[in-house]
Amino acid sequence: MSFPSIRSRASRRDVLQMLALGVAASALPRFAVADADTDARFVLVILRGALDGLAAVPAYGDSGYAAQRGQLAITSLDHRLDGMFALNPACNNLYARYRAKELVVVHAVASPYRERSHFDGQDLLENGTTNPLGKSDGWLNRVLPALPYHTRQSEKVAVALSQNVPLVLRGNERVGSWAPSQLPAADSDTLDRLADLYSGDPILANRLQSALSANDMAGGGSMGGGTRDPLGQLDAIASAAGRLLAPANGSRIAVIELTGWDTHANQGSNEGQLFNRLQALDRGLETLRTSLGPAWSRTAIMVVTEFGRTVAVNGTRGTDHGTATCSFLFGGAVAGGRVIADWPGLSKSSLYQGRDLQPTTDLRSVFKGVLTAHLHAKETELNQRVFPDSGAAKAIDGLIKA
Amino acid sequence: MTIDNVIATNRFGLGARPGELDQVAGDPKGWLAQQIQGVRPSPPEIGTLPNSAAVFRVYEDSRQQQQRAKREAAAADPEEAKKKFMAVRKAVAPIYLDQVAARYEIAVKSTESFRERLVHFWTNHFAVSADKPQVAALAATLENEAIRPHLAGSFTDLLLAVEAHPAMILYLDNQASIGTDSKVAKRFEHRANAEGRKLGINENLAREILELHTLGVNGGYTQADVTSFARVLTGWSIGSDRGPMAAGDTGKFFFRDNAHEPGAQTVLGKRYAEDGEGQARAVLRDLAKHPATATHIATKLVRHFIGDDPPPDAVTRIAKVFRDSSGQLTQVHQAVIDLAPAWRPEFVKYKTPHEFVVSTLRSVDLVPPKPQQVFASFQLLGQRPFTPGSPAGWPDTAAQWDGPDALLKRIEWATQFGDRIGAKVKPLEVAAAALGQSLSKRTRTAISRAASAAQGVTLLLASPEFMRR
Repeated sequence: MSFPSIRSRASRRDVLQMLALGVAASALPRFAVADADTDARFVLVILRGALDGLAAVPAYGDSGYAAQRGQLAITSLDHRLDGMFALNPACNNLYARYRAKELVVVHAVASPYRERSHFDGQDLLENGTTNPLGKSDGWLNRVLPALPYHTRQSEKVAVALSQNVPLVLRGNERVGSWAPSQLPAADSDTLDRLADLYSGDPILANRLQSALSANDMAGGGSMGGGTRDPLGQLDAIASAAGRLLAPANGSRIAVIELTGWDTHANQGSNEGQLFNRLQALDRGLETLRTSLGPAWSRTAIMVVTEFGRTVAVNGTRGTDHGTATCSFLFGGAVAGGRVIADWPGLSKSSLYQGRDLQPTTDLRSVFKGVLTAHLHAKETELNQRVFPDSGAAKAIDGLIKA
Repeated sequence: MTIDNVIATNRFGLGARPGELDQVAGDPKGWLAQQIQGVRPSPPEIGTLPNSAAVFRVYEDSRQQQQRAKREAAAADPEEAKKKFMAVRKAVAPIYLDQVAARYEIAVKSTESFRERLVHFWTNHFAVSADKPQVAALAATLENEAIRPHLAGSFTDLLLAVEAHPAMILYLDNQASIGTDSKVAKRFEHRANAEGRKLGINENLAREILELHTLGVNGGYTQADVTSFARVLTGWSIGSDRGPMAAGDTGKFFFRDNAHEPGAQTVLGKRYAEDGEGQARAVLRDLAKHPATATHIATKLVRHFIGDDPPPDAVTRIAKVFRDSSGQLTQVHQAVIDLAPAWRPEFVKYKTPHEFVVSTLRSVDLVPPKPQQVFASFQLLGQRPFTPGSPAGWPDTAAQWDGPDALLKRIEWATQFGDRIGAKVKPLEVAAAALGQSLSKRTRTAISRAASAAQGVTLLLASPEFMRR
């Protein structure tokens, strides 16, 4: 009998979804006049697993950096941002954006979360409160009614580039979602963890090893995680995001989530695991930029993670869960070419709890700066509903070109 | 603290649902024992599905329509004929998908999952395969109409119900098996000769009953036994209101006296007098009580609940209960519960994809909303429901399921499942509710260190203790 095969079904669904989005976009009323207020695009990129801010943006000018980081210290410094900071050597495209004054690097930044659980840290980052269970919806959803295009159907305004809508975009306002619908390859980080989990189970350990080597022979293997890396899908996701956001009547807000930043072992420095991931991220973000076309000039993209990692290397040539990290804000609309950091220093005595980069900037201040200047949300609204009880975290001014 | 509740729900049951470990903890064996007694009303999930006779009609109507269309199309090129054939398959495809969805909704929701596991076990023992077009949407009806009602009865009644079911008769071609001295053979002899055909018996059903359903491949029967049993079985057919053989209730078991080989037959040294339909029943009754059948069934049950290499003393024990009780299934199933080695704390049975998916869905109490989603998971993991591909059924040993690529597929499926469900659950809580005291420290640590809830779910599902039962 004619069983539907998963492949043909998946690709058909792909096609249908893309068609549906296309139809929906063209069915929207055309804006009579380009309106600066309603023309801004915002993309939030969430890196799940805790990005090591001192690897992504090494504070090479800090006298404690090389000593504290040891073998993980980045010494390839072609992408110097100023006398203190550089971009990871993997980030060629981001560095080009910096030189084009389209990238702001924020450092020693953190959400209000001060524990070290990924789940809780991500929940708090996304629910916009100071408590992992503070709210069951996300701040980017709560801000939608406060935006000037709230009269449009919200699922056309905001879209998640994933199978599930991440918490940050969940809530009363309907939002769209899109994801490549073929069964995802398991990412290399998960496979590494499973290899570890199977270390007491020779049968499963052998099976997994065989499967992976066969997979490598079949054409994987580049870029650390090879073709099984979730970042391998980033290009498709970024292209899709561009297609959704670029049209005059397209979406205005998109959320992309990427896993695999939890570098507990063999993190690498000038090259290696994290370098490869950052390179894939850098390339994916460049794909997003080019696929946005002319809309790039009206776009701001924020790259955030739930927290940072320990300053010192751990026993497995990696880093453990930490506190402050870095964040990127870039786009054609961004007043970039600078680093925003109230730098706490890396001497032992200046670290948070003696191990982590001390947070000196509240990530919500950056969010607020973008939401007010770029998306024209009102700060009072942000302080009350979007980020409850966050009055102390003032919006950072001047992030967006006037 | 014992892990008997974990074993009861995972090894005997289909995987612990949230809260089930606590409910079972007081009396795990009693929880199992009450499930194997008595009859149960047909599950509501299958109440709305067409029965086997209705499925048969849908298939036959479509087939006849297409044949007519094919005849009417003057230029009947092969491509066109193929299309017609596909159209027949399509007629029953939606029924199949609904049946699959119902089966797995029952499996996920069941509070008597040991009983449900036994339903699946016996369905697989009496396997038909839905990749044969006529059987595509009949396979599930065999489970619902022949297996479920007899789960707490005798093996004899179960066997009689299964072999008379339209799905089994069609799957093993018995409707086409004609006694060479039957009236039909005589009547159509001339025409058959003219067409160069020879009407005769088909041994398929007889052989598989002996080899797979009762005695087992080494059960002591000969080719002569197969042939004579096949003659006995001639006439066991399905009613139809069309064609030269129109007779009986369409789609229901119908004994075609005029296709039955007349006369006495000898099977396994015993002479069975001519008794029409009853002749095969007599053979089946004796086969059900044959000592080789007891050992064959016992071996499969012990393999399913203890390990891929069934310990001989456990097999001996179950076979004895089977013989002593004349195959009363409640007593046989109770004997399995009472086997000490079935309660070994080590999880040694590698889950089939079917078990893996069902236990996953049960762990988070999730019934996928669309039939296609259920189907797709099994398809992807290599165990499309009701399609074992052979009358031997799906294999019940790890070697058939734990290949490297299969493991990787399972991990990928678990990754997707984690992505879908991760945001809605707490992985450690799911792990604790599914595996209780059997959750290893290593796995617990891995889940707690996962980079996201989604990854935590993936690690749980792919963990050694969740992959096995």
